[in-house]
Amino acid sequence: MSIEVRNVNKKFGDFVALDDVSVNIPTGQLTALLGPSGGGKSTLLRIIAGLEFADTGLVEIEGQDVTHLPPQKRNVGFVFQHYAAFKHMSVARNVAFGIEIRKRPKAEVKARVAELLALVHLTQFADRLPGQLSGGQRQRMALARALAVEPTVLLLDEPFGALDSKVRKELRDWLRRLHDEVSVTTVLVTHDQDEALEVADEIVVINDGRIEQIGTPDQLYDAPANEFVMGFLGPVTRLRGQLVRPHDLEMFAADPGGSAVGTITRVNRVGFEVRVELTAGDEAVLVTMTRTHYHALGLDVGATAWVRPAAGAPTVGNPARNPVADPISEPVPG
Amino acid sequence: MTDMLLLDDSEPFDAPSPAVKLGKRPSRNRSPRAVRYVFRFLVVGYLFMVVAWPVSLVAKQTFAHGLSSIREALDDPLVTSALRLTAYVSVVAVIINLVFGVGMSLILVRRRFPGRRILSALIDLPLSVSPVVVGLALVLTYNRRDGFFGKTLEAHGYKILFANPGIIMATVFVSLPLMIREIVPVLEEIGTDQEQAARSLGASPMQTFRRITLPSIKWAVVYGVVLSLARALGEFGAVKIVAGNVAGKTQTATLIVEQTYQDFHQDTAYATSFMLAFVAVACIVVVTIIRPKEHV
Repeated sequence: MSIEVRNVNKKFGDFVALDDVSVNIPTGQLTALLGPSGGGKSTLLRIIAGLEFADTGLVEIEGQDVTHLPPQKRNVGFVFQHYAAFKHMSVARNVAFGIEIRKRPKAEVKARVAELLALVHLTQFADRLPGQLSGGQRQRMALARALAVEPTVLLLDEPFGALDSKVRKELRDWLRRLHDEVSVTTVLVTHDQDEALEVADEIVVINDGRIEQIGTPDQLYDAPANEFVMGFLGPVTRLRGQLVRPHDLEMFAADPGGSAVGTITRVNRVGFEVRVELTAGDEAVLVTMTRTHYHALGLDVGATAWVRPAAGAPTVGNPARNPVADPISEPVPG
Repeated sequence: MTDMLLLDDSEPFDAPSPAVKLGKRPSRNRSPRAVRYVFRFLVVGYLFMVVAWPVSLVAKQTFAHGLSSIREALDDPLVTSALRLTAYVSVVAVIINLVFGVGMSLILVRRRFPGRRILSALIDLPLSVSPVVVGLALVLTYNRRDGFFGKTLEAHGYKILFANPGIIMATVFVSLPLMIREIVPVLEEIGTDQEQAARSLGASPMQTFRRITLPSIKWAVVYGVVLSLARALGEFGAVKIVAGNVAGKTQTATLIVEQTYQDFHQDTAYATSFMLAFVAVACIVVVTIIRPKEHV
């Protein structure tokens, strides 16, 4: 295990940022720490980097206990959300910083910087100041700077959070390919589930200072451990007390058996997708389907429809005992 | 890797908004021309009456008979020794301020500790309290009869009051806030990201300070040095109390200006005043010229 975090607790005043967190991060993989803002994921990353220190608990990197080591002795690369570019240094000097600190010969520094700038496609910007670069370019510079010290682990704190969505998506793809090429153990903090699902080999879901689930994107998506994980990974709705994804629900114009019955209250089309809201008992259920499918059903607002989860669809929570469809009690008022 | 090339130039910098392109500005930003001229006149007039005119009169008096009054002043051994003392005291005070100013600013901005706000308020004290009070406070602390430190120090042969250490202390006291108030806002603005990045890249705290923090606050430090130098050159009240005003020994330039003025040697007083003002103004002008535009 490349990074081992054991029973880490961290408080800021009364606020519990991390509550007995233990996690193993495997070597050579790209792991995402996913969770809402203020959930503790950045704190965990900063504790791994040595920018914060745990109140109790243990941090090991490649078998070495680094719990009390200052950041400069941990050999980690850290990339900040707001780039943390050294504003008074050129792009090349920024990238060279970590190597120069290590007192390498000039020729080696130069060669390594050239290699890294080529890797992040900033060769022609080598002599510019960070202020003259766009956000995406600055972040790539920060990445090259972090990689320059040949870190044991690369830690990225919401690296694309300050960029607009188009650049963010491009950089995300690029990061994944870069990781396949360089394959340094990488930990990425993000609150964007798409980002985590798209780039990570493994995802650690953190909420309220606790780990909710650890697994591959497939494991998390197909078998969410609890309502929080399922809800955080994408849109969910509730049917008969169970949490289920709206696109995993099937809707019928006639009772197919084993379904909940309801009245369609709202139909909203967004692009290729149609979002149907219906009231079943005291639940408002959301169902999404393709436009073609919706038209084939021939239903509209006010019609009675039957819904059930598709076979094999992941659900979370215990089904309420109630309602196999009972048309006589319909329609429900309100 | 070829398709990654599209990353390089696909991010446009903020394009000017259409309104800007059309040259239209929101009309509420423009006051009528007459009002603008009245405001300008008021500002320029105020500065002229309060600053420029009185100072220029000093210059005019100094050069009323060409360079003779300057020459006369510089021929007076008491004046030259006072100027030398002021230069010495100012340089030492500025060096002390430089070290403590940067250190205190770092502590104030980068550390959280109980009493931080009180310390911050205390640093402004010399600016709000009359320098005369500062001088008296130093006398009470360091006098040789019942001063808290004075007795012990005197017993060991250290003379503070009516000697250079006292003058330097008084000068440091009144000029330290100018240094700190220049540096603190810049430290706050640059934040800790760059320093943390440097630490994570392997830099020790000292290397981080030298390579990252110091270059970032360089101009604030330079400006702080200039302002506190100007203040040190011109300090009068606190120095007057602690210096003892022994001609040729503990008489600084401002003190000799007062004395010569009262002794009806106005020419010498004006010439010395002019030299003091000239050095201070010259420092500020030079720094303003060499300071890069974006740091104004």
